[in-house]
Amino acid sequence: MKIQNTAFDEKEVIHLLKHYLPEQASLKDFIHQNTLQSFQKMKFQNALATSSALFGYKVFLGLKDYRNLHKNNKINDAILKWVIIERKGESALYEWRLKMCEQEYKRQIHTRIGQFRGHWKKQFKVDMDALVHPILFRILCSYLDQGISIWRFPACEKGFLNAIKELEQFGYSSFFRKRRAKNLLFSDECTIPDLLKILVGDESLFGQYLFDQQFAHMGWSGMVSVVESSPETLLDKRIITLRELIIFELLLEIDALDFHSGENWAPLATRVKDKPVDLFDEVEITELHEVLSLWQDAYEWTYYDQVLAGLVQAQKPRVANHKKTFQSFFCIDDREDSLRRHLEKLDPNCETFGTPGFFNVEFYYQPEDGKFFTKACPAPLMPKFLIKGRNNRTRRKQDIHFSKHSSSFYTGWLFSQTLGFWSALKLFINIFKPTSGPATALSFQHMDRYSALSIENKNPLDVENGLQIGFTVPEMADRLEGMLVSTGLTKEFAPIVYLVGHGASSVNNPHYAAYDCGACAGRPGSVNARVICYMANHPEVRTVLKSRGIDIPFETQFVGALHDSTQDDILFFDEDLLSKTNMEKHRGIEHVFAKALDNNAKERSRRFLSINIHRSSEKVHHDVRLRSVSLFEPRPELNHATNALCFIARRSLTKNLFLDRRAFHNSYDYRIDPTGKYLLDILKSAAPVCGGINLEYYFSRVDNQKLGAGSKLPHNVMGLFGVANGIDGDLRPGLPSQMIEVHDPIRLLMIIEHFPEVVLQTIQQTPETYEWFINEWVHLVVVDPETNALSVFKEGEFPPYTPFNQKIDLLTEEMQLFESTHENLPVLEIGLVNR
Amino acid sequence: MTMQVVLQFFILIPLTGFVLSLLIPESNEKLISSVSFSTVGINLVGFILFLFYWLVKGRPVVDYNYVTLYQTADFHFFVDLYFDKITAVYGLVGALLTFLVTVYSRYYLHREVGYKRFFNTIIFFYLGYNVIILSGNFETLFAGWELLGISSFLLIAFYRHRYLPVKNAVKVFSIYRVGDVGLILVMWMSHHLWHENITFLKLNNLALLHYSMPSGAGVSLFISMMLLLSAAAKSAQLPFSSWLPRAMEGPTPSSAIFYGSLAVHLGVFLLLRTFPFWEHQLSVRIIIALLGLTTSILATGIVRVQSSVKSQIAYASIAQIGLIFIEVAAGLENLALFHFAGNAFLRTYQLLVSPSVVSYLIREQFYNYSARARSIEVRFPKALEYTLYVLCVKEWNLDSMMYRYLWNPLKWLGSKLRFFTLMGVSLFFVATYLVGLLCFFYRDEIPIAIAENLPILFSLIGLIMVLKSFTERRWARKSWILIIINHFWVVLAISFNEPFSIGQSALYLSGVVVAGVIGFLILVRLRGLEGGIDLHQFYGYSFKHPKLAFLFFLCCLGATGFPISPTFVGEDLMFLHIHEGQVLLALITALSFVLDGLAAIRLYARIFMGPPFKSDSEMAYRSS
Repeated sequence: MKIQNTAFDEKEVIHLLKHYLPEQASLKDFIHQNTLQSFQKMKFQNALATSSALFGYKVFLGLKDYRNLHKNNKINDAILKWVIIERKGESALYEWRLKMCEQEYKRQIHTRIGQFRGHWKKQFKVDMDALVHPILFRILCSYLDQGISIWRFPACEKGFLNAIKELEQFGYSSFFRKRRAKNLLFSDECTIPDLLKILVGDESLFGQYLFDQQFAHMGWSGMVSVVESSPETLLDKRIITLRELIIFELLLEIDALDFHSGENWAPLATRVKDKPVDLFDEVEITELHEVLSLWQDAYEWTYYDQVLAGLVQAQKPRVANHKKTFQSFFCIDDREDSLRRHLEKLDPNCETFGTPGFFNVEFYYQPEDGKFFTKACPAPLMPKFLIKGRNNRTRRKQDIHFSKHSSSFYTGWLFSQTLGFWSALKLFINIFKPTSGPATALSFQHMDRYSALSIENKNPLDVENGLQIGFTVPEMADRLEGMLVSTGLTKEFAPIVYLVGHGASSVNNPHYAAYDCGACAGRPGSVNARVICYMANHPEVRTVLKSRGIDIPFETQFVGALHDSTQDDILFFDEDLLSKTNMEKHRGIEHVFAKALDNNAKERSRRFLSINIHRSSEKVHHDVRLRSVSLFEPRPELNHATNALCFIARRSLTKNLFLDRRAFHNSYDYRIDPTGKYLLDILKSAAPVCGGINLEYYFSRVDNQKLGAGSKLPHNVMGLFGVANGIDGDLRPGLPSQMIEVHDPIRLLMIIEHFPEVVLQTIQQTPETYEWFINEWVHLVVVDPETNALSVFKEGEFPPYTPFNQKIDLLTEEMQLFESTHENLPVLEIGLVNR
Repeated sequence: MTMQVVLQFFILIPLTGFVLSLLIPESNEKLISSVSFSTVGINLVGFILFLFYWLVKGRPVVDYNYVTLYQTADFHFFVDLYFDKITAVYGLVGALLTFLVTVYSRYYLHREVGYKRFFNTIIFFYLGYNVIILSGNFETLFAGWELLGISSFLLIAFYRHRYLPVKNAVKVFSIYRVGDVGLILVMWMSHHLWHENITFLKLNNLALLHYSMPSGAGVSLFISMMLLLSAAAKSAQLPFSSWLPRAMEGPTPSSAIFYGSLAVHLGVFLLLRTFPFWEHQLSVRIIIALLGLTTSILATGIVRVQSSVKSQIAYASIAQIGLIFIEVAAGLENLALFHFAGNAFLRTYQLLVSPSVVSYLIREQFYNYSARARSIEVRFPKALEYTLYVLCVKEWNLDSMMYRYLWNPLKWLGSKLRFFTLMGVSLFFVATYLVGLLCFFYRDEIPIAIAENLPILFSLIGLIMVLKSFTERRWARKSWILIIINHFWVVLAISFNEPFSIGQSALYLSGVVVAGVIGFLILVRLRGLEGGIDLHQFYGYSFKHPKLAFLFFLCCLGATGFPISPTFVGEDLMFLHIHEGQVLLALITALSFVLDGLAAIRLYARIFMGPPFKSDSEMAYRSS
């Protein structure tokens, strides 16, 4: 591909730009995704090398970091050798090992982006960014603003450029410093090629110039591009296109030059003697890159190997014949890994499952008084259903500190005289005794616990905005069946089956949506849990399922719940529907949950250095709760940090393994799905969701400055949709350093329990899914359910794999282990003592 | 007497805390935060106890001639401490907020690179703040003013390896330096007015006696205007307002305490403190009130269009401070103090909870959205609405105006002087300075008409040197030398004015020379380590050479008369010898001092801050 074409194709270039710009939506819709998804068509290593050369990203840890890991045995020497031999051949072992461990490399940064446009400064002595960016960002932010400003952008409903034109036409002041740019705005020659002709001159360089220009502020350009393609990311809709942004920026650039040098300046290309390297020219892979990528492989396999050795070694629990006390579904989320373990330990007769936290019901949710619909399913799905809430019992509280009156002239005068002293008191209280207030984003607030939901549709004509209100019985049955079959629970139902969604609570956290359930489009999963339970408790739905071979006994009842993963609290819904006997059982189970949550809080707190962990679980749990409502706590929880694994298997495969909260678990029983039909569905969402989370963490960790959001401490909220540093900085997509600092950047290892040939056939069915594996963005291992043999997916095949680790240790005393270190723990076998 | 003695502790405690906090190893977060916590905590408790005692004693005005730093027959440079109602309110609010923010930051800053640096700077800031509010004369106040300026620079540039924080830190520092011109000239003029380093106590008493100014209204007006200049710069009033939002680059708690509350209200403090001086000048009171009013109106308009939360709070605060200016001008001291406290608390809290604004307002929007909700401005005629909107978004061009009318002309001047190389500078200096010295020794032979103008000429040469240094883009060492040379010209120029002892010159130059030589050696060493340094770009060498960076920073402070260097006293001495009528000379000298400080900080920023040069660590894009 080339960008320097003799004929400039505007559509094509804008299309390319949109492809490469960050795709992060507004803060309220924060969804994890592969930061480098625009390179996903390439092999992982090539993509990294290319993106690095194009945009200057750092794509690995530093060479020193790897060498230190090696010294400290965090990279296994045997595996290091194996990796070299696999990739370079036996004969090159010595040479490459020397390169990796000894040789000094000078990192040479030849970032292609920005080189050409950089000549404004080099040749013309014009600091274009300093002249254009502040005003451009300010205008963009004012235009897109969702409610910080009091005075809205005039005429904003007319679209970006039209609104600007309107201001320029009817007002006596101008955004431009000189006449020419303003005149151009109203002339017929205000197209991208016309303006580029003035600025750049040489048509073959137009495309490259636009890339340089837009990537000088990829945060803002990315946001505009996202708003253009999915306007619903802003509640208060704005019409804007990347094309409009480019035109306006080109005008501002012309204006800046006119201002700086008068109207007689030559186009950029005339003064640039050597044509810059084409942005998309083939990238040569450097030796340093190869060295780093070998290190990365060795680093990853050092961990994977432990896990795989654990799979071989750990005893599978015997199939239990006794009755289950309860069954509980959780989201596949890695944060639920430890809670399930604690539950299973406290009540060995319970059974837990993992499934994406929207529980296979996709819909929009509109709470009572809500003016908008919120999506409650994975972001790519486009639901046709609407669930409405009514009869709320609690009222929303308000906080006068966010009132706009505090900024105005005379009310501001009153406010600061009175409210000011109240603020001092509030600050004092929150610092010494944190409590939640209206400013806290609480997961339990997402849906009023006692509100009624319109889940069942009895009249298909009941439609609002093109969405059917509620589900009909057959639609309910399909969804319930899908969830039960794909997770393998089709018989032996316990008296109570819990469906536990999850959400998070935090304060002072613009990235709050990133902490909620990704499968519910960055919202807590409470509504979904209630909806699926309603369906599963519906007699007619059960009749339909019975006809399809799934017989849910009459005594069995489904109960929805929400797990707050920050506070480690749980809220059950519609308990009053339980039968008397089940209610009694439920009371007992509640205690088990409470204890498990205490233990879970203690396990989590080993990462929080500021909590004294050497106390009882209850006391530690108390401190963990406080964190989530403390204004001064930038790490209410650590979210997906350290995630590394994704299991698509029966629980028996991992039940006896201690995985340190690093695994996503999707329950799946290969016996029910011999052809891989359900497996495909699982993979279609698990690969992008878990892979996306994992890779966003990976890239935010290895280059927190360019691919992450940097430290969140100086962040300034822009227009309620993004964050920037200071007041005139670029938007910062990606994750802030506080979210990723304890994360080990390794790719996801997906482990499927099935026969290799079935898996191979399944992943090859859809190219979008296959891409994740064949291009090595996610590693894949298959465990043969009958022989327990391991095979690794490599270049379209499944060669066998034998772990280097012969033995993993036994987990003895759990709580002691948690108190011992805040570092990552090794994979351990959970012995009978702990069962 | 006891009360007098106690006052010094409110400076000594933060000073001790600051020194202690410098000594703790960087990795020991706990100890660092404990020291800061105890420093500010002890100070707070002590202050409250003192306050009680003071109230019980019937709120006497306390004045304490703390320590004399330098004395000659006609010059007495001393640190004076002062306590009255204004100090009480500022002290209490300051101690409370600093304490809260220190506790807050203990957790908030956890694991942040620069944890130690942050707390060092916070205590340093607190020290400066206390020096200012406890100061009993202009000299002490000015010392605090300087401490505050530097700590402000350091906090804004806390993320020193990103481009924008460093750029904005230099920008804000430059505005602070403009304010310093005002104070320097106030000190100069008041020497001549009262023939001593007058204390605020005396100033008060003079005012009580309705003492009429000996030199007439002109001088008084001049002093008042200079005071207003300083106050307006510090409190972000017109035309300086645009620096405040741009200062919000550090971690949120530091922005909260600095720019939300304490530092930004010090302009008000200066006005309150000097109120007795200008209260009988009606014209001054009207000017101050008008400035406050205009600022308040413009800032309110700007607030309404701000789409980022911190800049909105900043402008809202500016608008309130404008109102406080009016209150001060109207003589409503109590109201102003009350208003200050309320505004400081409110803005601190608003800034601290500013990240919550997303979840809160999005929720509000979700439940209360109305597409037709419009603000009052839509009722304006269209042309007016649009005109005002654009002006407010552009902040009434305040930011670009600062460049256009203040810095760009200076840069333009500097860039016209392109005749020097490093060698050239040295030769030129030696040659011309010899001529200057010759003139000095044979000054009796020189015709009076010429001799009279020599001080101006020499101080102009000094100014040109420092201008050149300020705009130098190629050689770091040259820029540094020029900074140092400037001081020599100042001494020479002023020694023509009247004979004064060699000792005074020595006092003045001692700090400069020591800092100058060490600084030069550091630059030479750095050149040896890293190769040539031009000033076209940032180098971020504090990343690789933190020790050199720290040393060089000290040198910058020393060479520019920061109150750790004898030069600080010397500067005051020099002004003593500038005659009352020599406004031009005073102006040139003041300007060269100010530019000197600015050039040094710019040099430091370019060499040691910004994105690290040729480093393989992660680096942010310039625009982020």
